[in-house]
Amino acid sequence: MKKLLIALVTTAAALSLAATAEAQEKLKACWVYTGPIGDFGYSYQHDQGRLDVEKALGDKVETAYLENVSEGPDADRAFERLAREGCKIIFGTSFGFMDPEVKVAKKFPDVMFEHATGYKTSDNLGIYNARFYEGRYILGQIAAKQSKSGVAGYIVSFPIPEVVMGINSFMLGAQSINPDFKAKIVWVNSWFDPGKEADAAKALFDQGADIIVQHTDSTAALQVAEERGLQGFGQSSDMIKFAPKAQLTSIVDDWGPYYVSRVKAALDGTWKPGNVWLGIKDGAVKMAAYTNMPDDVKAMAQATEKKIVDGWNPFTGPIAKQDGTPWLKEGEVADDGTLLGMNFYVKGVDDKLPQ
Amino acid sequence: MDITVNILLTIATAATPLLIAAIGELVVERSGVLNLGVEGMMIMGAVGGFGAGYLTGSPWIGLLAAIALGAVFSLLFAVMTLSLATNQVATGLSLTLLGLGLSGMMGTSFVGQPGARLPNLDIPGLTAIPVVGRLLFGQDPIFYISIALTAAVMWFLFKTRTGLTLRSIGDSHTSAHALGIHVIRYRYLAVIFGGACAGLAGGHLSLVYTPQWVENMTAGRGWIALALVVFASWRPWRVLAGAYIFGAVWIGQLHAQAFGIPVPSQLLSSLPYLATIVVLVLISRNKRLTMMNTPASLGQPFVPDR
Repeated sequence: MKKLLIALVTTAAALSLAATAEAQEKLKACWVYTGPIGDFGYSYQHDQGRLDVEKALGDKVETAYLENVSEGPDADRAFERLAREGCKIIFGTSFGFMDPEVKVAKKFPDVMFEHATGYKTSDNLGIYNARFYEGRYILGQIAAKQSKSGVAGYIVSFPIPEVVMGINSFMLGAQSINPDFKAKIVWVNSWFDPGKEADAAKALFDQGADIIVQHTDSTAALQVAEERGLQGFGQSSDMIKFAPKAQLTSIVDDWGPYYVSRVKAALDGTWKPGNVWLGIKDGAVKMAAYTNMPDDVKAMAQATEKKIVDGWNPFTGPIAKQDGTPWLKEGEVADDGTLLGMNFYVKGVDDKLPQ
Repeated sequence: MDITVNILLTIATAATPLLIAAIGELVVERSGVLNLGVEGMMIMGAVGGFGAGYLTGSPWIGLLAAIALGAVFSLLFAVMTLSLATNQVATGLSLTLLGLGLSGMMGTSFVGQPGARLPNLDIPGLTAIPVVGRLLFGQDPIFYISIALTAAVMWFLFKTRTGLTLRSIGDSHTSAHALGIHVIRYRYLAVIFGGACAGLAGGHLSLVYTPQWVENMTAGRGWIALALVVFASWRPWRVLAGAYIFGAVWIGQLHAQAFGIPVPSQLLSSLPYLATIVVLVLISRNKRLTMMNTPASLGQPFVPDR
């Protein structure tokens, strides 16, 4: 019953140009999203990036997207369809699109492929990602300062490196303020199910957590926090409208500048498969306004943000793994490869990683 | 004690949309029609309820709009399958696909907007009673509707003449027709009732459960409701029990996780479907049980001979 809704979007200007014979060849840029663009979270933000491309490059490009594409083998068809329909550059925006994209990229050597949050590349497949973990370290620090019970509730989707990295970074941030800080972790096995996210938030609050963190896509958990007079963090987009008293801040994804630069490169013929990991410094990860917290907490958050912009990495030793074995020595910084394949918890995380 | 009350309240909220949608579908299936479009009608109710509540500022108008939209949408199914005698399975599935797409389109401008929430019941004196106060007198209005609806459907199906007629149509539409019963008219009304219920269940999602509009926000609850009807072997009180069992399992596993007990959450998420398969196997093993439980003409198109 998975629906595959295609929406071809062309600007009116582009349409009228296409009608004229001397119109120059337009570049078709396409996106594949795992959620609906109306999720007001992860997929929504990617689509905002697509709109930025339309705005910046105007009638030189034509864009199209496929939304609600399920991860895994089923995604093959989506990528193949776009490639056959004349897309010259295709962005796959979810971790689970990795293998399908690798497969389809092999079949269409003339099409440029880009994959977000994965680790496999080829001659015509580049990867890009954002260092969301930088923001999560700041969330951890704020949570430890704001929490009265010393326990945060953490709602997560799937045990992929991206999510594990986020949990670790959050805990490192929290422990830098309060070494005894705990996080209760609940896996909901979905990126997007508002009802389940709300239920998970209620369960966590009932068990003594007073701050909610999420690595799922809807605003539901934050709304529960608002209702109960507790606090939490938004995800992917600024959700302050849903929780004016509860949202402390939110990690906001901004893919626009990256997409514009890549599509421009494709237009100029300078596109090469890249491997970029953009952070707060590059503007791809932004922190929503720090609200509902005392000034000293706000100042601390801003100081940490500045430290990260200046090049400091939250994964700087000494850090031990969950079982106490040393991972990073004093001053040692985790390399990107280890982070992107992260499948272990750091010390202090109170959960067993599902296998 | 407080946490127990909170858990029970959370279970009630999770079970209510399942219960309402399933009770509606039960009446539809009792009349011999299989409408697989529950998910589609539910999401239409969700977008309609949110939209009307958001635009007028009144969640009560939203509630009415949710019911109305679900009913109108089910009318499409009724015309196709009853008047034009199309295949019910295929039509129901397309109703779901259409609903998911159409609601996404209708809801574009509602994305990212906080909506109106139906207030919980608050009776001075009664709601404040420890423990039972909030459970009995402090829930959202749709919770009470869901319980009343179950009782009403039970009474209607098994205590009224019209209910008996409806069930007889579900068991043999040709015999009912021969007796001069207007089969198509009954089925139209049953399908519309089912649609209204599915719409109300959708309204519960966007006006109470998570007061917001996001595409696909039903996230498969319509399918669980469908499974629930079979799980309950077409008995209203078993639907009630089933909805609360499914709700309890789900909320229970979240609490177990938060408590630090490792549970196979993927397995538990698939439990409603597994339980339904087990019930189906049990029923179909025995011919007498099948005849006693399943509406015999379920899913078969009926064309009155002239």
